[in-house]
Amino acid sequence: MTETAGSAPGEFMGEPDMAPPGQFMGEPSADGRFGEFGGMFVPETLVPACQELDRAFRSAWGDPAFRGELDRLLRDYAGRPSPMTECPNLSEELGVRILLKREDLNHTGSHKINNVLGQALLAQRMGKTSLVAETGAGQHGVATATAAALFGMDCVVYMGTVDIARQELNVFRMRLLGTEVRAAETGSRTLKDAVNETLRHWVAVADTTHYCLGSVMGPHPYPWMVREFQRVVGEEARRQCAEILDGGVPDVVTAAVGGGSNAAGIFAGFANTSAALVGVEPAGGAAVGRAVPGIVHGSRSFLMQDEWGQVLEAESISAGLDYPGVGPEHSYLAATGRATYEQVTDAEVVEAFSLLSRTEGIIPALECAHALAWVSRARAELAGRTVLLNLSGRGDKDVDQMMGILG
Amino acid sequence: MTAANGTTAPGEAGGWGRLETALRGRRRAGGKCFVPYLTGGLGDDWLETICAVAVAGADAIEIGVPFSDPVMDGTTIQQANDRALSEGATPQSILAAVRGAAADIGVPTAVMTYANIAHHMGYERFASSLADAGVSGCILPDLPLEEVGEWADCADAAGVETVLLAAPTAPDERLPRICARSRGFVYGVGLAGITGVRAELAASAVRTAARLKAVTDRPVLVGVGVGTPAQAAEVCEVADGAVVGSAIVTRMLEGAGPEGVAALVAEFRAALDAARH
Repeated sequence: MTETAGSAPGEFMGEPDMAPPGQFMGEPSADGRFGEFGGMFVPETLVPACQELDRAFRSAWGDPAFRGELDRLLRDYAGRPSPMTECPNLSEELGVRILLKREDLNHTGSHKINNVLGQALLAQRMGKTSLVAETGAGQHGVATATAAALFGMDCVVYMGTVDIARQELNVFRMRLLGTEVRAAETGSRTLKDAVNETLRHWVAVADTTHYCLGSVMGPHPYPWMVREFQRVVGEEARRQCAEILDGGVPDVVTAAVGGGSNAAGIFAGFANTSAALVGVEPAGGAAVGRAVPGIVHGSRSFLMQDEWGQVLEAESISAGLDYPGVGPEHSYLAATGRATYEQVTDAEVVEAFSLLSRTEGIIPALECAHALAWVSRARAELAGRTVLLNLSGRGDKDVDQMMGILG
Repeated sequence: MTAANGTTAPGEAGGWGRLETALRGRRRAGGKCFVPYLTGGLGDDWLETICAVAVAGADAIEIGVPFSDPVMDGTTIQQANDRALSEGATPQSILAAVRGAAADIGVPTAVMTYANIAHHMGYERFASSLADAGVSGCILPDLPLEEVGEWADCADAAGVETVLLAAPTAPDERLPRICARSRGFVYGVGLAGITGVRAELAASAVRTAARLKAVTDRPVLVGVGVGTPAQAAEVCEVADGAVVGSAIVTRMLEGAGPEGVAALVAEFRAALDAARH
């Protein structure tokens, strides 16, 4: 495949010499690591469950029958492939050619369904009868509740009380789908605490219950498995870009990063091409931006923490990115220089949310509005380039909150 | 119970740390070990409380160093953590206080916290700061066998005994490997779940103790879901001892003070002494 001859790389362009391209976004090492990041930092009680999951995923992922069934679900139930949309109005306004990967058009309104269908199918294959999950903005919770309804499984979703208040529509959706939503009332009462509660729940019921983790985080094999279930985003986008760009790849591939699953999915399609990879974190939740490694929720990765190693509370306008950690593979991509990570403020996000709505008639989720906020800010640097942006979810869930802000 | 508990152990003088030596000593004398858990930095009198429970019959004491995200802990210890953190407790403040009171405590201590506290300080520095404070052992529940090596090597070098947990979910082949890497004692997890008092002792508590006793000579203590003197006595029909956290910390949270907490520890001590074989 021909790749676009990139002009002089900007500071967001990766350092191509640091590691041979073929080594990015493959299988982690036997101990579940991407370089020095990852691992399986869970209580002994959960080790057998994680090891069972590792074996089950390896077997399923190599089984054409499993892959065929998942492909069928992604096509007939979730509506894949998702389109790629050129944005002439936005491109003209910013002076940057922008392509959107339309994960917002999937069933349930975000990329989360890709991972959830894979994990639910795997859970069924493992003989599990129940699912438990954490959720921040509620998109992963809704997707998990949806899969549970489809597969006839019991489902419990933990959500911080702060998030329950700002995403009540998604709480109602989950309940409508037959899921029990439980409030995580400890700590910052957001996504971090929902993960704690889910781990505490899972430790007692792992024999019958699969933990359907929503991002590329947690203990091995989750960061790898969730990225593989999201890889479909990157692979489709690679083919779609090739059609639009005459066999080429975009200059830049960008996505928002909280835990980092939508970014991992789209990066996976371009990790071994010349495209620069740019993850965008909220300024109040920039784990990669601070670059201090820590251990929480099952893996070693960059983590926002105080001088004693107490985990800090993230602060972001977007419930889905309100997380102090990041998936370990993102730490690895950052440490090797293969991807770069930028930060945007809540104010820039609000502006980007309006910008896409106004210019293209697409209301984005606040999460992916972060990626657009960076493109908008970096437009001078990006002038004349082609940028692929993962539009990971639709903004319906955020309209109420934005009405309060934009009035 | 079998006298195999009290096998004459070779190498008594060499090899074992202070924690393991104390627990083996209790066992050899035909007794059962009692190890209460107290949250460091909780209230103004936590240090006096630790000294009081030592006098009341604890063989060793687990001192919790609060962490923001204690995924192995139920609501009682979470609440204790949050309160201690909001009152300004840090690993440094707790260890400094313990160092100052080492002579008054009188029994071996083990710090229980989560991996990130040690990781953030650096494993070598954390291990030596425990040793400097006179702390004998350390329990980091989110470092399972596969991840514990780097920390445990640093702890060994500093003379700190790393106690490993063994869960009821572990397959048979895993248990001897855990027992071999553990120091001080082997911490049998009483049930598949988080810390907290339950109405009854889970069947898995005794079963896990028996599975561990079958593969190790190291003292086997069971904790998690052991919340009353009767439950402690029940698990000690097989185990060498019991670890009790939430029931003790509940007393601390209620403001029972050193005497109130020590009175509860004395009840556990009496129940285990009555159950001695």
